[in-house]
Amino acid sequence: MLDNALRSNRLPAAPGVGYKPQHFSQILEHAKPVEWLEIHAENYMGDGGRPLAQLRHLSEQFPISVHGVGLSIGGETPLDPDHLARLKHLVGWLNPASFSEHLAWSTHDSHFLNDLLPLPYTDATLTRVCDHIDQVQGVVGRQMLLENPSSYLAFEESTWSEPDFLREITRRTGCGLLLDVNNVFVSATNLDFSPQGYIDAYPLDKVGEIHLGGHDEDEDDHGHPLLIDSHGREVVDPVWALLDYVLDKSGPKPVLIEWDTDVPDWPILRAEAERAKSALDKIPA
Amino acid sequence: MSNTAKTLVIASAVAAAVSGAATTATAQAKEKCYGVSLAGQNDCAAGPGTTCAGTSTVDYQGNAWTLVDAGTCADIELPKTADGADRKGSLEPLERDLPA
Amino acid sequence: MNVSQTTFHDALLDANKSIPGGLVDAQANAAGRRFSVYRNNVAVSLTEAMHQAFPVIAKLLGSQNMDGLAGIFLRQHPPTSPLMMFYGDEFPAFLEGMEQLSHLGYLPDVARLELALRRAYHAADCQPIDPEALSVPPEDLMRAKLTLAPAATALRSEWPVHAIWLFNTEDGAPKPEAGAQDVLITRPEYDPAPQLLPQGGAAWIARVQNGQNIGEAFEATMAETPEFDLGTTLALLLQGGAITSVTIERLDT
Repeated sequence: MLDNALRSNRLPAAPGVGYKPQHFSQILEHAKPVEWLEIHAENYMGDGGRPLAQLRHLSEQFPISVHGVGLSIGGETPLDPDHLARLKHLVGWLNPASFSEHLAWSTHDSHFLNDLLPLPYTDATLTRVCDHIDQVQGVVGRQMLLENPSSYLAFEESTWSEPDFLREITRRTGCGLLLDVNNVFVSATNLDFSPQGYIDAYPLDKVGEIHLGGHDEDEDDHGHPLLIDSHGREVVDPVWALLDYVLDKSGPKPVLIEWDTDVPDWPILRAEAERAKSALDKIPA
Repeated sequence: MSNTAKTLVIASAVAAAVSGAATTATAQAKEKCYGVSLAGQNDCAAGPGTTCAGTSTVDYQGNAWTLVDAGTCADIELPKTADGADRKGSLEPLERDLPA
Repeated sequence: MNVSQTTFHDALLDANKSIPGGLVDAQANAAGRRFSVYRNNVAVSLTEAMHQAFPVIAKLLGSQNMDGLAGIFLRQHPPTSPLMMFYGDEFPAFLEGMEQLSHLGYLPDVARLELALRRAYHAADCQPIDPEALSVPPEDLMRAKLTLAPAATALRSEWPVHAIWLFNTEDGAPKPEAGAQDVLITRPEYDPAPQLLPQGGAAWIARVQNGQNIGEAFEATMAETPEFDLGTTLALLLQGGAITSVTIERLDT
């Protein structure tokens, strides 16, 4: 269980974007309404060079969120001690405003698969995930936020709903949550549940950050819609509506736009951030 | 080469290198260039990064692959220098090498 | 039915394996195409990673060939670390083993050059010496040992790898002509640059990196390559900011 002193999420309840190096100069010239930036931890674990120079510079002007993609918190195998040490080093020198990871696995048998793979929601998974989160928070020395996945399928063996599963993880480990609203919409469409019902059951008081991103549309073998979390286009209207639903219940939160493939020019990304700002601005005080 | 001669060769080579380097250093304005990559906006030199996004692109087959004619190696003709064999660097599919 | 990550992992990388049972949609139908989303995510993201990691190989072979090769490579050599920037260490050896590419003998060395450029990009920052540090008496120079920057790498190839790299990265660069080339990769400030070394340059640099002093390395290199040009080699190292210290051993008197 996490010591209270380690709870330190300092992101502003304002729009942020996932940082892409091609936007470096424009961010410095015209960031508004973007107030903070998120990086993928693994891309800043080299020894030096331009990525770290840029990050050092940006961190003097913006709160930075470190978002890990490679810890494999849900992995059946032990966490990679080398990777934990790299994460501790990065969080140590950068002192980011927030640190988050995924409810997923990506490493098996020393193979890193570069994707966020799904977990069955069982007691065994719960124990394993909580042990790993305890270990991460212990090594890194601060609270982490855990992000809900995009689901394309379900496990027959699951005995927990995702919101209950996440709530229990926060109770056992003291971690916070990163609520990806697009992931909720994608999973709800793919697995036939109500996204509003999910939000109603979800522990919004634990949320330290919200993600939004674009998705692609496909179909499964039976012609059922199958949405894919591609982060390659604008956030769709129903996801903006779901954000309103969340913010109405949760109050203001840091809201991030994720755009990772077919990365657009800065003005297009800024326009998405403007829309997030409008959503935040209309929350009743 | 005698030791003295070798010492002199090295000394003059180093002296030339040092004076050349000094000229270059002053000619180039020392600019903190971490913002803009010389290679362009996308900075390919960084190599691949991690992803937390999925894709709707369907994977290419995976295990079987046959060389097809494309790319710039068709423009390069290079006999291998080491063994002197005159092999062309053109992209002709090698039917005999195809996996069964 | 429970699905272990071993089962999931094996079916991800081998599309001929059946989709694990116990994975379903909301109506308890077998997952089918839904599982393929994960197969695609892994294969497509790693294929794209190979294009980004080896842009010159991709250009030499063409995009379609690179896709096919990457598909085989990623299944034989999935990443072993989440640091994707270093993915592809085994690619040069993999290319050497591809029979269909045996007539393109230069590909492995071009891949080695691309790996070295990427490592240089992410290598530790360092402070290069003032070239004047080498303005010392000739006897001291002979005994001087150099430390090179983490970004500095010298490669020797039987192929004109520098010319091949230029031909594929710079508009109007001349067609490569046959011949062995030594290449030096340095990273002045933040952009790695491959430079053509004089013959013997890579061997001399390797000796210096292994701790030989300037004199010893020179002698050994001249024995192999009488036309070796130390001045040009050193000038390239200095211009690339690749020398970080000079140590002159004092003689016991």
